[in-house]
Amino acid sequence: METKELPKEMKMDNPQGDDNKKIKKGKTPFQLAMGRFMKNKAAVISVVVLLLIIVAVIAAPLITSHDPTESNLRNIEKGPSSEHYLGTDSSGRDTFARMLYGGRVSLIVGFSAMIFTLVIGVILGSIAGYYGGRVDSIIMRFADMMLILPFLVLVLVVVSILPKVTIGIFVAVIALTSWPGLTRIVRGSYLSLREQEFVLGAKAIGARDFRIIFKHFIPNAIGPIVVNATLMMASYIIAESALSFIGFGIPQPTPTWGNMLSEAQSIRILQNNPEAWIPPGLAILVTVLCINFIGDGLRDAFDPKSSKRS
Amino acid sequence: MITAEKEKQQKTDEDYILEVNNLKKYFPIKGGILRRTVGHVKAVDDVSLNIVRGETLGIVGESGSGKTTLGRVILKLLEPTEGQIVFENEDITNSKNRKMRDIRKDLQVVFQDPYASLNPTMSVQELIEEPLLVQTDLSRKERLQKVEEMLDKVGLRKSDQLKYPHEFSGGQRQRISIARALVLNPKFIVCDEPVSALDVSIQAQVLNLMADLQEEFNLTYLFISHDLSVVKHISDRVAVMYLGRIAEVAPKKAIYEEPLHPYTQALLSAIPTVGKEKKREKIILEGDLPSPSNPPSGCPFRTRCPQAHDLCSQVRPDLQDVGDGRLVACHLYNEK
Repeated sequence: METKELPKEMKMDNPQGDDNKKIKKGKTPFQLAMGRFMKNKAAVISVVVLLLIIVAVIAAPLITSHDPTESNLRNIEKGPSSEHYLGTDSSGRDTFARMLYGGRVSLIVGFSAMIFTLVIGVILGSIAGYYGGRVDSIIMRFADMMLILPFLVLVLVVVSILPKVTIGIFVAVIALTSWPGLTRIVRGSYLSLREQEFVLGAKAIGARDFRIIFKHFIPNAIGPIVVNATLMMASYIIAESALSFIGFGIPQPTPTWGNMLSEAQSIRILQNNPEAWIPPGLAILVTVLCINFIGDGLRDAFDPKSSKRS
Repeated sequence: MITAEKEKQQKTDEDYILEVNNLKKYFPIKGGILRRTVGHVKAVDDVSLNIVRGETLGIVGESGSGKTTLGRVILKLLEPTEGQIVFENEDITNSKNRKMRDIRKDLQVVFQDPYASLNPTMSVQELIEEPLLVQTDLSRKERLQKVEEMLDKVGLRKSDQLKYPHEFSGGQRQRISIARALVLNPKFIVCDEPVSALDVSIQAQVLNLMADLQEEFNLTYLFISHDLSVVKHISDRVAVMYLGRIAEVAPKKAIYEEPLHPYTQALLSAIPTVGKEKKREKIILEGDLPSPSNPPSGCPFRTRCPQAHDLCSQVRPDLQDVGDGRLVACHLYNEK
């Protein structure tokens, strides 16, 4: 019945006639991926938990009135009480306050090292992947050289040379040793993008290299970049904890989850005061787990082809 | 070479928008541990073409005949190995950066694959606006007005301009590509198999749209395709390519009614006919396209040519003028 109504010039491909309707906003592939991400329960719960942790560490002064670095030698290794929720450590510092302020340091180290790596990795990967040829060879051989430098040994050397290890130096050391991984990923996605017709199309309109990289390459490589940056942050938090635990990370009295764990180097505390080391251990576990779930969720969201296990 | 010059002298009064002289594009083959160049793929091998302002020159050839490479070299998306490209009486063979950017205003392209030729992260508006952003100093308001104008011209709804390419069908995407190519008001457009990826019914729409726009904007097309009927539909003249070389150039009518080169004859006989149209005798070519890294001596087509003779393996036939604006590279038409 309706077919009678169709105007003669109606084209299959081109339904005209509703120009007056309001302009519909489409969704970018990024927004579509975020939509898929929001359907992933584990990832969304992880986001919520991680946000709670972040809020708690930011609001630390409101939650506890204790100074995390103030020691009280007359009040050491006490169990939990209404004054000290998680007791005190071997220097008489409030464990609960150190948990909150330590979380700040751990998260800041993880996050800023991730951003730092991201900047180096994306810039070098972009140059290598876009220009190719000799520039590419030089950057990638340099990356290979950095990859064979053992991270731990380098950190130990830096820590033993420098008189005082600050958070900034620590972040710089992590980022300067771990950019090659991300550089390779960025370069790899560029190599496949470079052959795409839309990149040729951008060159054909006379777009400059800068524009092609920022408008055509990075937005199309954002998936692997975001996923890997997220997973990197988790591994940086673990690296900071491990190094602080063995005493080569952020020095005392600055609290981090890692150097709180070093309390448990004493077998007496390990056995008798579980409230001193279980909370920071649990905090590291939960945070890293959440970040990894988010990373996996992002991976599935950006690449629907990746198999959904279970 | 000589014939090309002769032709030039004969037609000095013609208004050529693009002249291609002895263009070559060789891709090096790297081999061995030291990645030394061990050979060349001769994708475009000594091609000379002239395109008259306002016409559509169709380029046909099978896969691997170098037609896409030719288009990309003309656009300077690939650097030519040898030869000369003259656009609007200006040698652009070695133009770089700033100068080339100015020329690109007049020299645009529509690609084959409508799914790969539009950046999936940009909205239709951004896609069509981008050439203006790169090439002009128009204000944002003027640019967006121009975008709407173009959408209207290519038959897309203005209300769709904030959508993204994945929300459109192949035909609509090709319309977006065309709008993007036309927004700068270019003079010359290389159409690299613009309808090959589309359904037949959509092909006709897009071809008609392109023909309409050609008239409206006084465009010149270099229309690359492997589909003889598509080329027949849109072209004024047709060039047949084989193994990186031009086998025959002729006005459309002449080439479809009376093909001269044995390769053209074989190609045309392969067009399926429908109904009462008189059936041509099919010429089935033996063998495959020879490797462009090691083309046959003499005439590149001789290995598959039903009419090959001794001379064909010794001397490479040049394009020669056989009258009526027809050029053919075949020893069968040597002047006696």
